[in-house]
This record gives sequence, structure tokens and C-alpha cells, in this order.
Amino acid sequence: MWKFFHKLASPPHFYQFAGKIVPWFAVIAIACIGYGGFAGLFVAPADYQQGDAFRIIYVHVPASYLSMMAYSIMAISAGIGLIWRIKLSHAVAAAAAPLGAWFTFLALATGSIWGKPMWGTWWEWGDPRLTSELLLLFLYIGYMALRASIDDIAKADKASAVLALVGVVNVPIIHFSVEWWSSLHQGPTLVREGGPAMAPDMLYPLLAMILGFTFLFGALLLGRVRTEVLYREYRARWVRELLLGDGGTT
Amino acid sequence: MTDTRPLVPSLWSGFVGIVRRDILLAWKRPGDVLNPLFFFAMVSTLFPLALGPSSEQLGSIGPGVIWVAALLAALLSLNSLFVSDFEDGSLDQLLLSPQPLTVLALGKAIGHWMVSGLPLVVISPLVAISFHMPDQSIKVMAVTLFFGTLSLSLLGSIGAALTVGLHRGTALLSLLILPLAMPVLIFGARTVSLSTSDDAVSAGVYFLAAYCMLALTLAPFATAAALRISNE
Repeated sequence: MWKFFHKLASPPHFYQFAGKIVPWFAVIAIACIGYGGFAGLFVAPADYQQGDAFRIIYVHVPASYLSMMAYSIMAISAGIGLIWRIKLSHAVAAAAAPLGAWFTFLALATGSIWGKPMWGTWWEWGDPRLTSELLLLFLYIGYMALRASIDDIAKADKASAVLALVGVVNVPIIHFSVEWWSSLHQGPTLVREGGPAMAPDMLYPLLAMILGFTFLFGALLLGRVRTEVLYREYRARWVRELLLGDGGTT
Repeated sequence: MTDTRPLVPSLWSGFVGIVRRDILLAWKRPGDVLNPLFFFAMVSTLFPLALGPSSEQLGSIGPGVIWVAALLAALLSLNSLFVSDFEDGSLDQLLLSPQPLTVLALGKAIGHWMVSGLPLVVISPLVAISFHMPDQSIKVMAVTLFFGTLSLSLLGSIGAALTVGLHRGTALLSLLILPLAMPVLIFGARTVSLSTSDDAVSAGVYFLAAYCMLALTLAPFATAAALRISNE
């Protein structure tokens, strides 16, 4: 078990291993999103209050869940990289940030599109989750800006890892303070005591979409880490052997 | 005659030395202290000029305006927190000194607060009076700004340490620090505006004090780590 992880941390081995997993993740993601998308849009009944507008949750909920998931993955791998000096986990953090930023943006966009018919406005400052999602996007932007402005990769890794960890301490505080500030969002319906408050016809496509988005994120992340590893190790012999196929003699 | 002083100065003397040095430096170059203060006063003046002199409106936007102006003034002065030390090499001496860098980083942040945050707290009542804020709010505002500016100095020292030596430091520092500073802004401004309508303010003040304590205990470690990384 430990041997497996130990081997995985070596870039060449990770590159091969991730290359084998990515297609599987992609197939599962396509299947789940295909079923969830079809069932969510055509099979699930319209909500008696929100009509067809509720169907945007099939994108909104997975996107906002992943926006936070990606931040935790980014911060945890940045922390692992900073403490145990594992280069691969810095590569994971670097690859996770833009993905997380895009999922955050998607969650914001779908949230405000949903808000237009429901609240009558595209943007509602009184809604704590919308606001803290926006601040999460700013945290991602700050992280990426810091990384982009340091030329030395090893230094950029460590500096941005410190920022990611400082951000992790702050995220709950930001969330809580925005919550205190005001509240308008509808309460949680999926995770609560006594099971989800949703008809099964609506629920199963949502769960499929969440699963599908997770695997989509996994596939995209692994793909990005693979390119990141190639870029960082371009001087290494195994990369030359892999790309040139001539034993690295040129 | 033998010198009985220990070879390595104590933690406390290192901390006090840094604070005293930064205050002395600021005293010799008063412009560095005064510019952010003038900036604070001028930004606050912009709003009445832009929005009109109606005293009701000014009273309701006052807390928010003063807090935003204080946040921007803190950012402005944070930019130079480590830059001159970095340029003349004294930052290297700090890194090599026998005291833990964390204590020295705390000293830098406290020193920064004493020359930028504290004067701002002192002149803030003047600005508040010009915004027609009620008396009890002025007191609340000074207390919240006291904790808020200290938190901002500590939080900002992390960002300043991360961006020291980078060419694009100015805008980058704001990008890094502003999202992290939101809780301070939200609680500070909301608490003061609650006090204008005689609502309970203790929750907000306690929160700011707690946040300040958290920043006092954790931020120096992050600043020290960031300084080491920036100076590799």
C-alpha cells in the first residue's frame, strides 16, 4: 500500500499510471453526465414551485461542490508539497487551481441565471453563498496571480502553497462572516437529517451529475497534472525517451 | 571588567529592537507615515463630494466609507513593509539573526501597525464627525478600527512577505490580501452601522477581537515562512 503511494510520487511512474486511469475516468464521466443530463432535462418532472427553472441545479450543484472540493485538493496537496517536499503534489496544486476557478465561475454563472427568474435579479448581494462563492473566485485568482508572477517554479510552488494554507484558515471565517452578514438563500435540501427532500425522479439524475462531474474533474485534473509534470521535467531523461523515442541521445 | 550580558540577545529584546527600529525609521521619514493618513482623509472626502452633502445619506454610508478607506490606506502602506529592508540587505540580517524569524515578523507587523494603523484610529473620529455619525458610533468605530487595523497589518505582512522582490508587487498584494481581509471589513463596517441605529454591537466587536487574536498567533508563522521562501 505505502509502496504504491511511494512509487506514485515519482513523476515517470505517475505519468504512466495517470495515463492509464484518465480514459476510465472520462468514460465514467461521460456515462454519468449523459444519463444525468438526459434524465434531468427530459425525464424529471418540473418543480411545482420553480417550474423548469429548477433544472439548472443539475449543473449548479455539482459545479459549486467541485469549486470547494478543488480548493481543498489544491490546499491539501500544496501543504503536502510544502511539508514533505514532494514535487508532484505541487504539480497537483498548480493544476487544480485553474480548474477550481472555472468551476467556481460556472457555479456563479448558473447561480445568477437561476436567480433571475427566482429572485428577479441576476445578482443578489443579500445571498451569503453567492457572495462567498465570489470571494472564493477571488482567492483562486490571487493564488494564480501569485504563481504567475514568480518565474522560478520551485519558489512559486512554495510561495503559493503558503498562500493556499493561509486561505484555508480563512475560508471558514469568510463563509461564516458572509453568512452573518445576511441570509436569503434557500436552505440545504440534499444533505440533511431524514434524507433528501427531493422526489427520486429529480434526485437520481442529480446524484449522477455529481458523480459524473467528479470523474470529469478527476480526468481533467490528472490530464493537467500529466502535462504539468512533462513541462517541469522536460530536462529529465525519461521525458526525452518518451517524447523522442530515441533513448534521449539527441 | 567582564560583560555579563548573554551572547545571544533574548527574544524580547529582538522583538522590541525591531519595533523600535521601525518606529525610529518612520520618525525620521515622516512622509511614509503621513501619506497613508492623508490618503485615508482624501478618499473619505471623495464620497461626500461625489454623492452630495445630504447628512442622512452621509450618516448611513459613513461607516462603510471609512472602513473601505482604512482598508485601502493599510494596503498602500503595506507595500513598502519589507521593500526597503530587502533593498538595503537588512532583511538578510533578520533572516540570519539568532532570534526566531517568527518573533521578528511579529515585530515588523506590530511596528507597521504602530506607525500606520494607530494614527489612523486616532484621526478616524474627525472623519466620522464630518460624516455626521452619532457619538456612540464614533466610539464603536474607533474600537473596531483598533482591532481591524491590527488584523490588517498582520494579514498584510503575509502578503508583503510573499511579494517582496517581485516587480509586480503593488497590484498583486491587493489581489492576495483583499479577499482574505473581507471578514474584517464585513464585521467592522456592519458593527459600526449597527451602532448608528442603537443595535447591539458586542458580537461584532468580539468577533473582530477574536480574529485579531487568531491573526496575532498564526500570521507571524506564515510571514516568516514566506520571507524564507522569498529570499531563497
